Amino acid sequence: MSVNAPDVLADLTAGRMPDAHGRFGPFGGRYVPETLIPALERLDAGVREHLHAPSFQREFAGELASWVGRPTALTFARRLSAEWGARIWLKREDLAHTGAHKINNALGQGLLARRLGARRIVAETGAGQHGVASAAACARLGLPCTVYMGSIDMERQAPNVGRMRLLGATVVAVASGDRTLRAAIDEALRDWVSDPMGTYYLLGSAVGPHPYPYLVRELQAVIGREARAQFQEAEGRLPDAVMACVGGGSNAIGMFHAFLPDAGVEIIGVEAGGRGSALGGNAATLSFGRPGVLHGSYSMLLQDADGQIQETHSVSAGLDYPGVGPEHALLARIGRVRYESASDEEALEGVSALCRYEGILPALESAHALAGARRWAHAHPGGTLLVCLSGRGDKDMPTLQQTLLAERA
Amino acid sequence: MNAHERIGAAIAAANARGEPALVAYLTAGFPRRERFEADLRRIAAAADVIEIGVPFTDPMADGVTVQRSSRIALEQGVSLRWILQTLEAMSPPVTTPLLLMSYLNPLLAFGLEPLARAAEHAAVAGLIVPDLPFDEGDALHEALSARGLALVQMVTPVTPAERLKRICERSRGFIYAVTATGTTGRNLSVPAELTDYLDRVRRLAPVPVCAGFGIRGREQLERLRGHVDGVVIGSALVEVLEQGGDPAQWLRTLRGRAGV
Repeated sequence: MSVNAPDVLADLTAGRMPDAHGRFGPFGGRYVPETLIPALERLDAGVREHLHAPSFQREFAGELASWVGRPTALTFARRLSAEWGARIWLKREDLAHTGAHKINNALGQGLLARRLGARRIVAETGAGQHGVASAAACARLGLPCTVYMGSIDMERQAPNVGRMRLLGATVVAVASGDRTLRAAIDEALRDWVSDPMGTYYLLGSAVGPHPYPYLVRELQAVIGREARAQFQEAEGRLPDAVMACVGGGSNAIGMFHAFLPDAGVEIIGVEAGGRGSALGGNAATLSFGRPGVLHGSYSMLLQDADGQIQETHSVSAGLDYPGVGPEHALLARIGRVRYESASDEEALEGVSALCRYEGILPALESAHALAGARRWAHAHPGGTLLVCLSGRGDKDMPTLQQTLLAERA
Repeated sequence: MNAHERIGAAIAAANARGEPALVAYLTAGFPRRERFEADLRRIAAAADVIEIGVPFTDPMADGVTVQRSSRIALEQGVSLRWILQTLEAMSPPVTTPLLLMSYLNPLLAFGLEPLARAAEHAAVAGLIVPDLPFDEGDALHEALSARGLALVQMVTPVTPAERLKRICERSRGFIYAVTATGTTGRNLSVPAELTDYLDRVRRLAPVPVCAGFGIRGREQLERLRGHVDGVVIGSALVEVLEQGGDPAQWLRTLRGRAGV
């Protein structure tokens, strides 16, 4: 399907996408077993009824302010800016309750699930941040929560497993498939298929069947709305560029959406380049993928010639995913957002730099955006850049012990 | 006779003998790729219709048994292309109608038009695609219909009445009535709500109705009698193959002990 970039962008910014079939241009849709269709229909109806209703918005805004701690700060990275040569501002989602942007979505969907009469919540998690956010939101709302997590991720993000359990969630290890985020989503979907009417599937990224990519974007759009206003307040203008890391793409779409109509603002997504461009060596879907269907939507995918989904690699569990949200696939197709990748090594350098210069330990995921920021700064000396610091890095200590800290020992 | 009509005819032939048709599932190349042709022939000797599973890395509608068989098949290099080539080369061909059961992505990677053409050459009668709901299926439906092939549609106990009606109108080959919410391979109980649902589907469907998901033994088969035209035997048969049993004998036993 060919797309006319200006028309598509106008449709996107005017709220005409996704369309009635859950499509972002050719991407999106609803590719799930027939058993889940009634549950998705019900969710879609619920989203239309509640999401923009004043009573829901009031409740959501109240909880975001008093429990999550929004608005999150916008921090000028003074020493990092001096070091890298551009004016770098950080949107501090790491300061949100539970330590990442994931809580915006988990809380919003939790509130929606309660309105829809859900008896229990299931969620998947990669880095564990969405699992922790879901467990916390469910505790706050009094809903039982089961989190599926790949067994490899449970090892590399061990601190988050303990946090989820403390928050009352049941954590189920997924030892099938690739034993990371993708297998966890498969297993969460299987759970949901078994009880589509009583169970609410709290999907953690802007992926999956319609209406999830839309729902998650709307709940995360608070990031970009706040950041745009804060930036204008601080600098008296808009940034030259906005940057965020992209796995499934929820923090990125939340940050980018407010800036899509600002033609003068360059928007850049940074994927996980892992060990390099070879198949299986990275998780840079938009750089190396082809269109296909996984986990309920038509989007870009890392796959082989037979349509089998590829194993991925990234030092960051949260980006270690072979797909990407359908709206990102469209933004890449029309060229409104440029997607590039940062390697494991560049991301680790990003962690190190932010710790050293700003006293902030970023998540390995967010460090990919910092790696992109460094590159951008070198190419645009004196420019102004807004970076989404999607989460904090305490959860990454096991990985950092084996990498950055091992080098020093 | 169109390819898709052969499916209905095979089911009707079983029904004429006073039996529900047996639709047998095997994952292509499981447990061993070299055995695929021989296993297929053995199953063809006892089943009325055969579903050949195309392995996929992310079989989200399947339980542990089919997941395992899918992984083992992939490890041996089984692909849609290999399956179609193997079927086309089989001499003499299997006369039992064959369906391919595949998740959508391997089909998209192959290309829908080339797929329909290759399936026709391989004497495949139709496809079942568990992650392709009715509303998203136009392109595949058209590609297959142009060559007389069936796109078998699934319905479930939670499918709303109006949607059920539309799906039934569009169905070819047979209607795959999922008996329970959940993944494949779990043991199914047969309460009255289930038989009511199957009766409802049967009243609407212009083609035979076959029940699947969790059918493992003669007792269930007996209780479904009179409410379905056929049953799909999946995970239980995969387990027989896994344990080195004779699939044809097992299927005959299932039929015989069911007293049909």
